[in-house]
Amino acid sequence: MSARERVTGTVANYVDERTGSAKWLKKNLNKVFPDHWSFMLGEIALYSFVILLLSGTFLTFWFDPSMEHVVYKGSYQPLKDVEMSAAYASALNISFDVRGGLLMRQIHHWAALIFMASIVVHLLRVFFTGAFRKPREFNWILGIGLLTLGIVEGFLGYSLPDDLLSGTGVRIAHAIIQAIPVVGTYLSFFAFGGAFPSEIFIPRIYVVHILLIPGIMLALITVHLMLVWYQKHTQYPGPGRTEKNVVGYPLMPVYMAKAGGFFFIVFGVTALLGATASINPLWLYGPYTPGQVTAGSQPDWYMGWLDGLVRMAPPWETYAFGYTVSWNILLPGLILPGIIFTGMALYPFIESWITGDKREHHILDRPRNVPNRTALGAMSLTFMIVALINGGNDLLATHFDLSINQIMWGTRIGIIVLPPLAFVITKRICLSLQRADRELVLHGRETGRLVMLPHGEFVEVHEELTPEKKWLLTQHEQAAPIELELVDQAGVRNPKSFRAKLQARFSAANAEAVAKPTAQELKQLENEHH
Amino acid sequence: MKYLSKYRRHKFATPMLIIIALSTLGFTFSAATASPAKSELAASAKSTLIAEGKEIFLKGCSSCHGLNGEGASIAPSLIGVGAASVDFVVGTGRMPMADMSQQVMRKKPLYTEEETAALAAYVATLAPGPASITNEEITWERDGSTAEGGELFRNNCAMCHNFAGQGGALTKGKYAPTVMGVEPKHIYEAMITGPQAMPVFSDKTITPQEKLSIIKWIKSAEAEPNLGGASLGRTGPVTEGLLVWTFGLGLLVAISVWLTAKSR
Repeated sequence: MSARERVTGTVANYVDERTGSAKWLKKNLNKVFPDHWSFMLGEIALYSFVILLLSGTFLTFWFDPSMEHVVYKGSYQPLKDVEMSAAYASALNISFDVRGGLLMRQIHHWAALIFMASIVVHLLRVFFTGAFRKPREFNWILGIGLLTLGIVEGFLGYSLPDDLLSGTGVRIAHAIIQAIPVVGTYLSFFAFGGAFPSEIFIPRIYVVHILLIPGIMLALITVHLMLVWYQKHTQYPGPGRTEKNVVGYPLMPVYMAKAGGFFFIVFGVTALLGATASINPLWLYGPYTPGQVTAGSQPDWYMGWLDGLVRMAPPWETYAFGYTVSWNILLPGLILPGIIFTGMALYPFIESWITGDKREHHILDRPRNVPNRTALGAMSLTFMIVALINGGNDLLATHFDLSINQIMWGTRIGIIVLPPLAFVITKRICLSLQRADRELVLHGRETGRLVMLPHGEFVEVHEELTPEKKWLLTQHEQAAPIELELVDQAGVRNPKSFRAKLQARFSAANAEAVAKPTAQELKQLENEHH
Repeated sequence: MKYLSKYRRHKFATPMLIIIALSTLGFTFSAATASPAKSELAASAKSTLIAEGKEIFLKGCSSCHGLNGEGASIAPSLIGVGAASVDFVVGTGRMPMADMSQQVMRKKPLYTEEETAALAAYVATLAPGPASITNEEITWERDGSTAEGGELFRNNCAMCHNFAGQGGALTKGKYAPTVMGVEPKHIYEAMITGPQAMPVFSDKTITPQEKLSIIKWIKSAEAEPNLGGASLGRTGPVTEGLLVWTFGLGLLVAISVWLTAKSR
């Protein structure tokens, strides 16, 4: 035993005797995680959150969330002696007079964009592979909560510097609050402490931005990860992988090294962006005054779809009982996002109701084997992308020589027509992929090698798949649709017959599949060939 | 001749002949048409600027704007637009226009500065209008204030031309062009004449001194280095989002794939 081993052994023993940590550590350091690139998307989100906390803390040392009127005396000449809020002045100060301030500000903002983007791709991975199924429904809801909080948090951060762009954003948020029927005006007075623009809004959202929401997010992320730990990670189907095991590498040393290294890679990419690409050049925007607005006023991308929906909304308004209902804001700004996020949160329960499947699942689905879910995902994604495109309609118009009116009408029609189209097309693609899988299993891979048999017949040589590959292509189960029970055994009409009918209909659509090859079929084929 | 006749039936003989014939024809034609124009210019150098302008007008503009600049169904009347308008639209290459689209585009000017001045002088005789300006006349470097110009720009111009003067979209395919790389006199003339969709900013709305400040701010924005790194077009968060989804997330996902690549 070397001296070093003796010393570490003594220290470890000392700690273990007092905390009993050895057993816990042994169990957890050997915890196995499956390896796949798509399992690292959530990690990107986690690491960019850490970067956000670090860079954000740096920024709080100099940012002054005050609406006090000051005259700028800093080193950015084009704004010299311009009247502005102390908040904006301190943001300029961070950018030009604090060492490393601009880099930190840009890292903070880029990290926010990466954070939201990685949340979205992580969500898509979880959705398309069915990782949200029992027992992970709660974790899915936590994820939706984190996504929502991330959007709000990002928007508040975007609003803080009180430049022309952020002020315009706050104005739109104000309008959306006001559009809530009956109580909207009161709510806006409550949030802004009076009329717009208010003196207390920025100090308030500062506290929410740096303390309240990050605190809640940190708590939710902790629970999110603890659940992953406790429920164990899902894995893709493959030989030796079952619903009762996890095949992969242990946390120590493989994932310690991988995850630790990956954190620095994420930090590196963020720092690279922060150092080389300008983000929110707030000195160019100038201070916010309610009388000004600039062309190209857009939110950050994660709110771009919302802006796109507002931009395409028709000018509908109704007057009822002395109140104005602004459907043009209410519908795209509150009702549609409400439906979308509620639907997302409830989806695991909706799917399990349709399939009637209440079992635990730890093996992920290949998206093609669940055509309805995959098609639904493609449909929602199409909706979001069309909305997002309209969010940048003015830049599309100037850069591609288009008419902004045509883009608006194109997306108005597109947002209704394209999502169902995407559903149908995706479902058909999934089914034909299933058919291709079936062909592969039954007849093997086409080698492209033509052979002439002695009697003159030409055949193409098919190469049989490996048993592993065959397993991969046939391991999924194909559930039959739920039987419709209109009358029970006693011949009495089922009181829940409407729900049952609905469920049966959905279930039938959901069960549509190309039958996977059975063992019998394979055997029969083998007998024919040999 | 024997040397040539050897190649008479060569497969390139016919195409070569056609090329030679066409270029001879083309060069002769261009020489023939160019020379009288030059001699005319030389002759008109003696005549007044206005007469010269009228000459150019009749040749280059009258087919749309009418023989006396009275306008027609496809082009507006030029009576009373003043020399400033002419100097702006011709000096920035917008006129003569290349095609009848939603908006007349800025391009390389077709007429020289002298020809533009002559045209402006002629159009100014049709009826009184805002006079054209030279770059020397507007002393923006001396009399303008960048900070004041920035505030005026954000108040009056940014809603169409964007916060950094990069331009923006208007309705039905029209647009506010970028104000970067525009000569100071043209910026000034645009403000006093209000070309196309742009409103007129009279000296009562924005005083001449304030106009100089706006020009000074635009020139300062033009010269400002990209302090935060690549500018991404100075058009707001759309390009930032595009970069994060392509480069940022693209790179991170590529690295994830690489990190897990050797697991099998």
